[in-house]
Amino acid sequence: MNELLNTEVIFLIGANTTEAHPVTGYRIKQAVRNGRKLIVADPRKIELAKYADIWLRQRPGTDIALINGLAHVILRDDLWDRKFVADRSEGFDEWREIVEQYNPKRVEQITGVKAELLEEAARMFGQAERASIVYAMGITQHISGTQNVLSLANLAILTGNVGKEGAGVYPLRGQNNVQGACDMGGLPNYYPGYQLVESEESREKFAKFWGVELPEKVGLTVTDMMDAAYAGEIKAMYIMGENPVLSDPDANHVIEALKNLDFLVVQDIFMTETAELAEVVLPGASFAEKTGTFTNTERRIQRVRQAISLRGNSKPDSEIIVALANKMGHAWSYPRGPVEIMEEIARCTPSYAGISFDRLETRGIQWPCPSPDHPGTPFLHKDTFTRGKGKFHAVHYMPAAEEPDEEYPLLLTTGRNLYQFHTGSMSRRSKLERMRPEELMMIHPNTAREYKLKDKDYVQVESRRGEVQTKIQVTDHIPPGMVFLTFHYKETPTNRLTINATDPVSNIPELKICGVRIKKIKPSLISK
Amino acid sequence: MVSIKINGNLYNVPADYTILKAAEENGIDIPTLCYEEGLTITGACRMCVVEVKGARKLLAACATPVTDGMEVQTESERVVSARRDILRLLIANHDLRCLTCERNGDCRLQDYCYRYQVEDTPYKGAKKEYPIDTDNHFFIRDYSKCIKCGKCVLICAEVNGAHVYDFMERGFDTKVTSAFDDNLQETTCTACGMCVNVCPVGALVEKSVLWQGRPWEVKKVTTTCGYCGVGCQLKLKVKDDRIIGVAAAKSGSNLGHLCAKGQFGWEYVQSNDRLTDPLIKRNGVFEKVSWDEALTYVANRLKAIWQEHGGQAFAGLTSAKCTNEENYLFQKFMRTILKTNNVDHCARL
Repeated sequence: MNELLNTEVIFLIGANTTEAHPVTGYRIKQAVRNGRKLIVADPRKIELAKYADIWLRQRPGTDIALINGLAHVILRDDLWDRKFVADRSEGFDEWREIVEQYNPKRVEQITGVKAELLEEAARMFGQAERASIVYAMGITQHISGTQNVLSLANLAILTGNVGKEGAGVYPLRGQNNVQGACDMGGLPNYYPGYQLVESEESREKFAKFWGVELPEKVGLTVTDMMDAAYAGEIKAMYIMGENPVLSDPDANHVIEALKNLDFLVVQDIFMTETAELAEVVLPGASFAEKTGTFTNTERRIQRVRQAISLRGNSKPDSEIIVALANKMGHAWSYPRGPVEIMEEIARCTPSYAGISFDRLETRGIQWPCPSPDHPGTPFLHKDTFTRGKGKFHAVHYMPAAEEPDEEYPLLLTTGRNLYQFHTGSMSRRSKLERMRPEELMMIHPNTAREYKLKDKDYVQVESRRGEVQTKIQVTDHIPPGMVFLTFHYKETPTNRLTINATDPVSNIPELKICGVRIKKIKPSLISK
Repeated sequence: MVSIKINGNLYNVPADYTILKAAEENGIDIPTLCYEEGLTITGACRMCVVEVKGARKLLAACATPVTDGMEVQTESERVVSARRDILRLLIANHDLRCLTCERNGDCRLQDYCYRYQVEDTPYKGAKKEYPIDTDNHFFIRDYSKCIKCGKCVLICAEVNGAHVYDFMERGFDTKVTSAFDDNLQETTCTACGMCVNVCPVGALVEKSVLWQGRPWEVKKVTTTCGYCGVGCQLKLKVKDDRIIGVAAAKSGSNLGHLCAKGQFGWEYVQSNDRLTDPLIKRNGVFEKVSWDEALTYVANRLKAIWQEHGGQAFAGLTSAKCTNEENYLFQKFMRTILKTNNVDHCARL
């Protein structure tokens, strides 16, 4: 993260860093103050757009065209890293053919970004010795999310901005331990350390390590689980510390799916909207009441320490799982607690093999850390990529699953604000609530005028899947024809509107684009 | 590298070091008020003055680069005398109600007065008295205690970028405040609280700690923030098994910097809404039950469904909010006991 201070050019796309990852936002601002260049690509006038040397305001969902356009100019103007491409990549020629179709004029038609501005940005990025690409959910939450990421990877390989200090591609992770949950195999296709469920070798390794037979079939992702529950194929769910009723797309469908289960057990620290649907609720512990580790967005494994005692009869989540395993007839035992669990993780997870609580006492360590004397790895792909050579992926622009149309003429995009977090179960129970106690749907002054709306009016927002009510904020933060909602407020459960169309590879839903219509309502129609 | 002598001892340090940094790394404590690593060095407070052989005046250690062969005295008679005078000038215009000050025992001004035996000031005259500003939700601003070190101004401008504060007026009337002396809600303030954490005295204080305990009674537990993926390190201030506030920790990539969520978003932990007992829903109503009853119930239900439908009838959501150890156990539970790979979490949301 602090490497951003040593880069020459930062290309920020699809990330509202100052609100969703504020301390990373500070680093970008510090870099700009120190004379680094910043290119921001975002349909919203995010705070960092004001700090940017160049702000590319692309139409939502046109990222691939924009990125291919940048690559096109970098190739055309001979600003690419020939040596890096020759030594460390493959698939260049095939990819080049695609990119050559994205001339600045065509890109302007698709994205709305002026050709001259695109060229200027491409030159700024291409000429830098060390450039960094920073992205978040604005890139991934599209049906073309994987391809969006691949096109950014293409750009990084083309310019040789991989595997050296002060350069690279930085995906920003949203939750405190989303990285760790992935690392630990909290995914349907991976065991801990991204060892493939599909690989017979890994499966045998873990079957032996855990001393049991393991299922061969790759599991379902969260959106598929909900469909399967809806269809009656999934009978029981165990949900720990998640609130899909507010966080997942097409919330009405999620509620129906969960209601359709024979058995739902939810483990959480609050009676969330999801827990209310459960048959059994188990009280877990917050981060302040237990010990363990979180892994941050830079792959740094850091300590979590108990500061206060457990609330009432609640228990640390690890103890609950062990106790439940015991009740199921399995003799799990970790008498030394999380320290001992980490020892087991280190034994089966090569990238965590050198991690122990002792080593994390004063400072976190970045994985891969393959042995107890290994210092950790600040940046990946230094001399070689995981797959050997970096691959250029030929990707084409494709439109969103549900673009606005006559019936639902406005484009809804979603995200977060600074003072709230995710479904609000934590932040809304703190003083932060006073800063932003309610949803404020952003709408451009021109659009507001069309609908005869004033600042602080109330509207009903409808999509093909549901409707919500909200107060509005008239602002040029977003372009005309677009509206913005967060998903922090249960009074305005935005995900009743969103679409569960997903990226075919990552299964990430397209939360950034769907069609909605609005109508003015009286404030009394909003239920608190 | 250059070699310098500090208090008669020889040290080799990198050529781009300041005297302060060279001293710090070698365990020599030079007092500072306005210096903060990473912020612009202003050399404003003069607390860190040292005597350098050959220099006519005392030099600010924070702002003076080392040179080869430099000889430095950090606690000579001249240095101590200067520091005493600076302290006497500072307390001449400082609210000295230390008895009830929240920073009593954790105050640089107090520590240095003790260190240099400054009990009182000969500089009697007018004192600035300002009403305490309690308008924002998160901290008080008590400018009668401000020593104008300027660190809040710098961290807000140079790290956060909000540039809420600056110096207003001149000379004796100088006050650090927001534009038009307005309350912070009317400014670009993002409530990150970094100004509170760098304040060396009791001018900026979290509201949550007021009257909750003396600094020496408060335990500080270094941990990782529970909100976003940046993974900031912070210290939870704990008194009588309750969190009362947050202090900066410099051991992480956040270098002690925090946002509103990390600094002020912790109260949910102690919310009355917290679940304290296992619950089973009977006839549509949740009833409190013992752990044994709840776990037996869950195990029986899971076993019955397993016998009828097998592992593919199960799905589990693990958590991006829980620890690595918990996530590991959760997926192990799903895979080895329920025999399904249907395990996922909100990584995609």
